Amino acid sequence: MSTPRVRRVRPQRAAGRVAAALLLALIVLAAAAPAIAPYAPEALDLAHRRAAPSPGHWFGTDELGRDLLTRVLFGARVTLAVGLLSALVAAGVGVTVGAVSGYAGGFLDSALMRFTDAMLAIPRLPLLMIASAVVDPSVPLLILIVGLAGWMESARLVRAEYLTLKEREFVAAAHAAGARSARIIVRHLLPGAVPSIVVSMTLAVGRGMLLESALSFFGVGVQPPTPSWGNMLYQAQTTMTSEPWLALFPGLFIFLTALAVNLIGDGLTAGDE
Amino acid sequence: MPRLLVQRLLQAIPLLLIVSLLVFALIHAAPGGPLTLYLSNPNVRPADIERLRRALGLDQPLWQQYLAWLCAFVRGDWGYSYADGRPVLDRLLERLPATLELIATSMALGALVALPLGIVGAVRRHGWFDRLTTVLSFAGISLPVFWFGLLLQLVFAVTLGWLPSSGRSGMGGGGFVDRVEHLVLPAGVLALVHAAAWSRYLRASMSQVLRQPFMIAARARGVPDRTLWLRHALRNALIPVLTVVLLDAAIMVSGAVVTESVFAWPGVGSLFTESLARRDYTVLMAFLMLSSCAVVALGLVADLLYGRLDPRVGGDPS
Repeated sequence: MSTPRVRRVRPQRAAGRVAAALLLALIVLAAAAPAIAPYAPEALDLAHRRAAPSPGHWFGTDELGRDLLTRVLFGARVTLAVGLLSALVAAGVGVTVGAVSGYAGGFLDSALMRFTDAMLAIPRLPLLMIASAVVDPSVPLLILIVGLAGWMESARLVRAEYLTLKEREFVAAAHAAGARSARIIVRHLLPGAVPSIVVSMTLAVGRGMLLESALSFFGVGVQPPTPSWGNMLYQAQTTMTSEPWLALFPGLFIFLTALAVNLIGDGLTAGDE
Repeated sequence: MPRLLVQRLLQAIPLLLIVSLLVFALIHAAPGGPLTLYLSNPNVRPADIERLRRALGLDQPLWQQYLAWLCAFVRGDWGYSYADGRPVLDRLLERLPATLELIATSMALGALVALPLGIVGAVRRHGWFDRLTTVLSFAGISLPVFWFGLLLQLVFAVTLGWLPSSGRSGMGGGGFVDRVEHLVLPAGVLALVHAAAWSRYLRASMSQVLRQPFMIAARARGVPDRTLWLRHALRNALIPVLTVVLLDAAIMVSGAVVTESVFAWPGVGSLFTESLARRDYTVLMAFLMLSSCAVVALGLVADLLYGRLDPRVGGDPS
């Protein structure tokens, strides 16, 4: 083999760092939206309705003359919040289910895993579309629903980690020292599972964001006038031909954020290859 | 083999029972239950609603309703659509061919793209082609399908006028060319998403096979590169890829729902979004049950196929 032994910096790692910087910048911009947005999110400018992108309105304006850049920034708050917080919910449930399942074994394990398999068998987007239609959720409720539909992957990962970790000597030592199961699960085993939890959470952020966008795109997610990238697309759908920028920018942001999250996930796992 | 099949089938039953419980609970969590649609309609009198409740058995305890629904579902009696009063089974069946046509076409196209990308990516790892396709596949995986579909409509249907923006031909005559023209955009979008994911799977799987000792042995025997890659490596690499593809069936269902809605493709997926807008719960419930059954069935096929194709796996999977 003629591969040189000295390797450059792994390209995945580098791409992951750039992506992380981008995502961080976006989070900061979203958090600072009220301070930096050029207009108020609901400010109407009836003289400049449906205006194409220009120096005054970088991303153009919508049918009510609202500035699209402002709405994209405020939409970022909602979409990113759903992505990040639903990933937290998913991780919370997934880690609990996976840890208990892997540590306890036996009947509890198989019962929990059958439930996990069942949840994985139901197509996620249609399931969430029905759930949203049924409960007509506010943003916090939407976060909860999306999170509750996304814990299965991390549950499986954490279970696998616990299955191998619990056979190690330090667990037997902790037992011998009189530690109770709950303490072993949380204090002794959880730190070992952290790397895989982080990776699965990263992927859950991207998935949660895309799910929010898809739900709002179908009119069952975040309801106007609260802007989210998904419901901005939903509203732009009908005027695609005359005002394409209304659909272009929100979608572009969904795409770039999802791309950033996926690259971060890939960068985190690059060492395993 | 038959023992494994029976064992797997028995494992699928509790799985589907849990799925059915979840789906049933979800629909009945709606305020007003499956009759929400009528409650908000001022033309329906309370007495009529009461009559409907009794006719549909909604006045009975929940567990009895569940059992009745489950028994009926197993018998193929999936109730009537609230929207037009026709049997749900008929409505689903008449939409199924369009969906199967779309999925089959997109899978074939996706495989056609993913195969060369995956092979070249693994053989010429870290080369310029591999880097380019890695970037493209990440873009493909991250692409929001509904947005990309809208963009393609705008470019190819509205601006260039090359292709129809939505619908499916074949209903009002229309020849083969017309049929293909309608299929290009929706199938293309889905194929792109498939190709992005599958080429990654294949690249990873093939890279692993290429590192096996038997590959070095084959090379030492003087097997030419082409044969080495296509006969020795690819055949082994495809086995795990095939099962991963089958296990991705749930994602495919979600993809079909989105794509069919954006392109007004008259399949099961757009029937789902139409029914969602009308809160037509019998159709929604049947769709979710049917697609979950399909996912479980394909998972079963993946399991059995893996054992068949890879003799090392056979034995007794736990």
